[in-house]
Amino acid sequence: MSILENLWIILLLPLLGSAVNGLFGSKWPNKAVNWVALGSTGLSFVCALEAVREFVAGGEQAFRKEFVGWMSAGSDFRIGLDLQFDQLTVVMVLVVTGVGFLIHIYSTGYMAHEGGYYRFFSYLNLFMFFMLTLVLAANYVVLFVGWEGVGLCSYLLIGFYFLRKSATDAGNKAFIVNRIGDFGFLLGMFLLFRTFHTLDFNGIFRQVSLLPRDTLGQFGTLTVASLLLFMGATGKSAQIPLYVWLPDAMEGPTPVSALIHAATMVTAGVYVVARSHVLYTHAPSAMYVVAVIGCATAFFAATIGLVQSDIKKVLAYSTVSQLGYMFLACGVGAFGAGIFHLMTHAFFKALLFLSAGSVIHAMGGEQDMWHMGGLRSKITVTYWCMLFGTIAIAGFPPFAAFFSKDAILFSAYNSGSNGKILYAVGLLAAVLTSFYMFRLIWLTFYGEKRYDEHRVHVHESPQNMTIPLMILAFLSLTGGWIALPALFGGKDYFAEFLSPIFGMGEVAGSESMQSLEHTLSLVAVVAATAGLLVAWRMYAKGAGRPKMEGFYKVLYNKYYVDELYGALVVGPLVWLSRNVLWKVLDDGVIDGAVNGIASISSAVGDTVRHTQSGNTRSYAVWVLVGALVVFAIIFWPILHPALFGVVR
Amino acid sequence: MVPTNYYLLLSAILFGLGIVAFVFKRNIITIFMAIELMLNAVNLAFVAFSQALGKADGEVFVLFVIVVAAAEAAVGLGIIIVTARNRKSLNVERVDLLKL
Amino acid sequence: MTGPVIIFFVLAALAVLGAVSLILQRHPIHSALSLIVVMVALAGLYLLMGAEFVAAVQIIVYGGAIMVLFVFVIMLLNAGEEERTNFSKLATYAGIPLAVATAGLIAAAIVRSSGGLSTAGPNGALTSTKTLSMLLFLDFVYPFELTSFLILVAILGAIVLAQREN
Repeated sequence: MSILENLWIILLLPLLGSAVNGLFGSKWPNKAVNWVALGSTGLSFVCALEAVREFVAGGEQAFRKEFVGWMSAGSDFRIGLDLQFDQLTVVMVLVVTGVGFLIHIYSTGYMAHEGGYYRFFSYLNLFMFFMLTLVLAANYVVLFVGWEGVGLCSYLLIGFYFLRKSATDAGNKAFIVNRIGDFGFLLGMFLLFRTFHTLDFNGIFRQVSLLPRDTLGQFGTLTVASLLLFMGATGKSAQIPLYVWLPDAMEGPTPVSALIHAATMVTAGVYVVARSHVLYTHAPSAMYVVAVIGCATAFFAATIGLVQSDIKKVLAYSTVSQLGYMFLACGVGAFGAGIFHLMTHAFFKALLFLSAGSVIHAMGGEQDMWHMGGLRSKITVTYWCMLFGTIAIAGFPPFAAFFSKDAILFSAYNSGSNGKILYAVGLLAAVLTSFYMFRLIWLTFYGEKRYDEHRVHVHESPQNMTIPLMILAFLSLTGGWIALPALFGGKDYFAEFLSPIFGMGEVAGSESMQSLEHTLSLVAVVAATAGLLVAWRMYAKGAGRPKMEGFYKVLYNKYYVDELYGALVVGPLVWLSRNVLWKVLDDGVIDGAVNGIASISSAVGDTVRHTQSGNTRSYAVWVLVGALVVFAIIFWPILHPALFGVVR
Repeated sequence: MVPTNYYLLLSAILFGLGIVAFVFKRNIITIFMAIELMLNAVNLAFVAFSQALGKADGEVFVLFVIVVAAAEAAVGLGIIIVTARNRKSLNVERVDLLKL
Repeated sequence: MTGPVIIFFVLAALAVLGAVSLILQRHPIHSALSLIVVMVALAGLYLLMGAEFVAAVQIIVYGGAIMVLFVFVIMLLNAGEEERTNFSKLATYAGIPLAVATAGLIAAAIVRSSGGLSTAGPNGALTSTKTLSMLLFLDFVYPFELTSFLILVAILGAIVLAQREN
């Protein structure tokens, strides 16, 4: 049986696991839940591998299969549950199922003592189902189903500890902010359908490639549609202005942060932009916006991450920043580099989050770095894994992110008149990234301990947590090596693999380009080292929490963006809802109408009641009235000329 | 000789007077008599038309009306007797048990 | 003013006076007697029109049977003068206008549809009993038999209704 012919198997296995765990798991012991959850995800991974093998063996032909027809309306609108498989899908599916499987294994250890164990895995498997739907979709509507579904699972999982108000608030915030982005996404879909009369990827892209490009500054259909889709991407992938939900989402359990808010869901926006690259390359204004927002977000989030004290918040802002890099890459046309960074980021960010989870587990739930310190000797495996992740994210060779970040910055530099500015800001953000990540390392693992040893019993995590860490550490080291030869004039295997989709535009092979690339990568390494050294000076010997004042205070409070949104958007909306929609519309109009109908009925009844007086003479008069009406009707033809005075 | 319209107008006047009696009188029997008056007015109209059109069908119908009026009078007066026994009064306004 | 017209007016005045008297009298027996006057006047009018059989039937059945029945019931129930109750506001205020409207409507219709009949007034030719009976027993035999049935039902109904409770 060919997996490629039956792609839905990859989707259905996690869904099945989710349903079984959700419906029956509450009575089962943890071991049984594990079997179902890990089994379904693992099988899905195996099937994905098999699909990749078949794909490669079949000559890497883009594959598309139409399954059940779902909706149809009018003459044009036909949406089927279509799935497709091409090179981009290979990358995404392997990342999602592979990293997802590792995180599932980790969760069996991390969540072992938590209540609602079966519910966690049910939600996690449901998330896998929706994410795979998103990645395997062959048209925008099925993609949107997955899009919304991962938003739902994100909400469910962020609010997993639903007895904590902060957690449920964070879940609400995530869902609502995402919804704002989804509004833009829907409008984009409507515009696309109206212009091209199909929402199928192949159908749209074929038509678009025949159209002329919009010029820079012209807001034609393609530009507007691309911008609207990007609006959805800013919501899902936490860019300016809709990133505010991601730091709050750290209320969820750490494996959730690793899977959803680092490796997979937040990359959905990047995937959409990459998938729609035909649209974007025809709309330079939109690409420009994407690049600028990506770059700005990368820098902005890095500045906030500099001063955070919660270990997970640092990683959250780091995620926002790295996503900015991916959008920067797409914005300058280096879609392949963006996807490459997506893949390496999945590895090292999942590694970092899971290691942080290991630290938190070791510290018995403590998340504030100012209460840690000197943990290196106590939780060595975790330390080394986290160190690997940090070196990777800072961009030191030969770790993975060096190649991907380098490719992005190089493409930015070469991308036209403003490219140098984008490059400079991106480089600055890289310096800051290195700084705050190493700050995290020094504060957590070095220096003297800032916690009470009698209260906190520091212990290393069990094997089902450390083994995935080690696997991810290995991938963080080696994951970029498929692009390694390009640096020495050889082939960039990754870019070549994706070239049937994106074209080989990004890395040119000429000599001057090569030396420029070498120079830029050297600059990047120097920048990372600079960040490392400054952090070492400030924190390695142990430090105290700085005073909360001035610019430090502004950064710590995230530039007061949440408060700004609260005042500008949330406050007026709540006022409107309370005073207009509730008091006027709901109480006045709707209740008024319903009550009004009741009082009208009552009033009419009260009036008509008087005909039933029981008085026979009144009844006689009513009979007379009726008779009069009948006479009038019968004699009308004779009488009406007379009544209206028509003189014959 | 006598124009038909005169008979018809007389019939209308008698009918109107019957209506007035029907609405304003309070004794049940008097109301019933008003009904008989209205029937008579109608009979007059029938006969007038019958003679004007030269067909005797109108008069046959008058006969039927009279027969039906007789039967109705018999049964109606029977009901009046029963009602009068029950309510101990012949005032139609005393028969008000269906008051809401 | 020819003779028949004068006779008509006299009889018409008599009928109207009788009807007005029916309304204005307080004791039901007086109303009954007024009604008899009306019926006799109408019988006269029938004769004037030449419907002799109908006139006779009117006197015999209506005057001689139905009104006698009315008088008997009035005496049986010992009806006294009317009570002056006035519970129905509707009848007080809307009664006369509605009655006038109805009568007026019919009168207006009569006056308006003056074509075709105004000249062909009753000519005094007598309608013979033979003509009536031919119609009654040939064309209208079915309703005729039904009316006999109706009378039977009425008799039975009246007997059952007027029985005393034993």
